[in-house]
Amino acid sequence: MSELPISVDKEKCTGCSLCESSCAFGSLVMEEGYPRFLDDCRLCGECVKVCPTDAIIIKEEGTEIEFSDYKGILVFAEQWKGKVHPVSYELLGKGRELADQLGEKLFAVIIGSRLEEAVKELTIRGADKIFVFDHPKLEDFRDDPYSAILDDLVKEEKPSIFLIGATSIGRSLGPKVAACLETGLTADCTSLDIDPESRLLLQTRPAYGGNIMATIICTNTRPQIATVRYKVMKEAEKDPTNECEIIIKAVDINNLPDRVKIIDFSPAKEQVSIIDAELIVSGGKGMGDSKGFEVIQGLAEALGGAVGASRPTVDEGWIEYPHQVGLSGRTVRPKIYLACGISGAVQHLAGMKTSDVIIAINKDAEAPIFSVSTLGAVGDLYEVIPRLVEKIKERKKNG
Amino acid sequence: MSEGLNIIVCIKQVPETTEVDFDEETGRLQREGVAAVVNPFDEYAIEEGIRLKEKYGGTVKVLSMGPPQAESALKDAIAMGADEAYLATDRAFAGADTWATSYTLGLSIKKLAPYDLVICGLKTIDGDTGQVGPELAHHLGVPHVCYVNEILEIKGDEIRLTRLLDDKVETLGTSLPLVVSVSKAINQPRLATLRGRLKAKKTEIHKITANDLEADPMKIGLNGSPTRVVKIFTPARQTAGEIVEGSPEELAERILQKLVECKVI
Ligand SMILES: Cc1cc2nc3c(=O)[nH]c(=O)nc-3n(C[C@H](O)[C@H](O)[C@H](O)COP(=O)(O)OP(=O)(O)OC[C@H]3O[C@@H](n4cnc5c(N)ncnc54)[C@H](O)[C@@H]3O)c2cc1C
Ligand SMILES: Nc1ncnc2c1ncn2[C@@H]1O[C@H](COP(=O)(O)O)[C@@H](O)[C@H]1O
Repeated sequence: MSELPISVDKEKCTGCSLCESSCAFGSLVMEEGYPRFLDDCRLCGECVKVCPTDAIIIKEEGTEIEFSDYKGILVFAEQWKGKVHPVSYELLGKGRELADQLGEKLFAVIIGSRLEEAVKELTIRGADKIFVFDHPKLEDFRDDPYSAILDDLVKEEKPSIFLIGATSIGRSLGPKVAACLETGLTADCTSLDIDPESRLLLQTRPAYGGNIMATIICTNTRPQIATVRYKVMKEAEKDPTNECEIIIKAVDINNLPDRVKIIDFSPAKEQVSIIDAELIVSGGKGMGDSKGFEVIQGLAEALGGAVGASRPTVDEGWIEYPHQVGLSGRTVRPKIYLACGISGAVQHLAGMKTSDVIIAINKDAEAPIFSVSTLGAVGDLYEVIPRLVEKIKERKKNG
Repeated sequence: MSEGLNIIVCIKQVPETTEVDFDEETGRLQREGVAAVVNPFDEYAIEEGIRLKEKYGGTVKVLSMGPPQAESALKDAIAMGADEAYLATDRAFAGADTWATSYTLGLSIKKLAPYDLVICGLKTIDGDTGQVGPELAHHLGVPHVCYVNEILEIKGDEIRLTRLLDDKVETLGTSLPLVVSVSKAINQPRLATLRGRLKAKKTEIHKITANDLEADPMKIGLNGSPTRVVKIFTPARQTAGEIVEGSPEELAERILQKLVECKVI
């Protein structure tokens, strides 16, 4: 068994134990006055940063590599049946920001069949160049040909950053591309920035069930690839004056790998579209039982919105899973989010806190939901909501 | 697939994280009293492996990369019904990201060859990336199918299965060997029996080191990981807006005003 590549210089160590409290994973324990690193140390380097005497060393091999020939930001524009998936516009919005910061160009790539309309939509969203792979046999997403096309394109164009939506397609495709290009991939990012000094992409994402956030970089390989969560970034504005070069690429379909064949498909069961709703009324465990959703539904109907839910209500079987908002449910970003009887656990907040306006109704004035809400009402949802519904109806009647 | 299926299930040991296990103040994972368990998503992978063995015959090997204590996760898999267990464990593997993990698992699987089907969980609850399965397939040079919710049939080298995408369910066909990542919809994992537990106690966990794999030292552990964690922090609490108390009537009125302000009514 080899040694862990992390060690302490006992000459320099003062035994202050700052390192011990810096370790989020408890993988560092003080023993006989010195830190000892447990086998499940993740080498995240937090202890190295806090050590006042630079006594902790992580041994890393590998040389600094120059990447000056890698330039520009590439966005994978996902499409379903010729329609651009809106996450692509969000990536272009963010991509434009990053490109401007770096003083580099923004590219998009789209793969599919009969893409004229989709390409038209894309050109007004800020990209400098769009690569189009249009072929009847590329109509449906398949990992093999799609990832082979992207591998080749990246090798040709050498972007420094490659962004992919964290949809089910993106999360299947991204790792195949990254593995093939022997580069890093950060999953499901919720924030992206450029470090002004190193010009590296700072990729931030939730881990451990949303309890912690981790910022991740990719130093020694290119491109830096990230999948980005849907409904977190702002869409690129439409700009009909945008100058965008369209490059139609040849598709050599017979030379693309295609090992997994689609035999048949059926649309997924009816989708509850909380994702695209502009207003969501959500109910939580605080409703006490499944009847609570009748009250929630009443309010949602009065306002023309969709019904959301916290996880325990789904676990209890009060409502079906597609309604679940949060880390293990859907991320939503409506104009208005009404949280009723929801405490506001981090996992729930992870799925809704970027909503424009959050209104919470909760009996407990200390509930964490109030710390993210625009308007918090301390009260019983069963007493407040029926009165609210009445007022809404009255107002609508009187115009 | 000559005499039954050679199935390999990749599993990871993870801390059982629920919100209470993280200290909000210090942002530290509280280890005292936190059990290390088989990644919940991987229980579906183990179950599917066992079911396929029951249907088609063959063996189920479970494989994990991790510190020595990950043995207990492998024993849990044996207790459920897996046949053999392998643990890739070496300090040289420490600090591995998904690229280096999948590279190491790939080399280990080549050692366990022949194999027909490698089954992974959809994702882990700690790293939460879902990347190891697809990256592993690349290292093995075989296809990968994500979000598998039913394995319909295996006949000779041919397999038919379904996967769930955002908007549709697809029926796919391909040939073995294959790597799949299975969704929770695929089955209901069984509980270990007492007999299983007794068997697990006696089953040897085969250890695999970096030397055994003749791994390229620049492709494993921290050195082999393109990504680096540079910062870990607890999610920022946003600043609170206005909080109102009062009678239900007053509260309803205030919310109504807000909705009017926002032009929804
Ligand atoms: C890995 C992981 C993933 C998770 N993913 C998700 C996820 O995707 N989505 C999610 O929601 N959760 C998720 N959770 C669970 C999350 O941690 C919380 O348990 C959950 O969000 C709490 O739901 P709640 O607010 O409805 O219930 P509770 O926390 O029980 O809160 C109920 C609230 O209602 C209030 N209340 C009670 N009665 C009334 C009344 N009559 N009127 C008004 N207020 C009342 C109470 O004061 C309380 O604040 C996840 C957890 C883990 C570990
Ligand atoms: N260290 C590991 N050892 C064995 N299998 C793993 C390991 N890490 C991840 N996996 C497998 O890959 C899947 C996806 O993990 P992840 O990419 O970490 O979310 C898991 O459900 C496991 O099946």
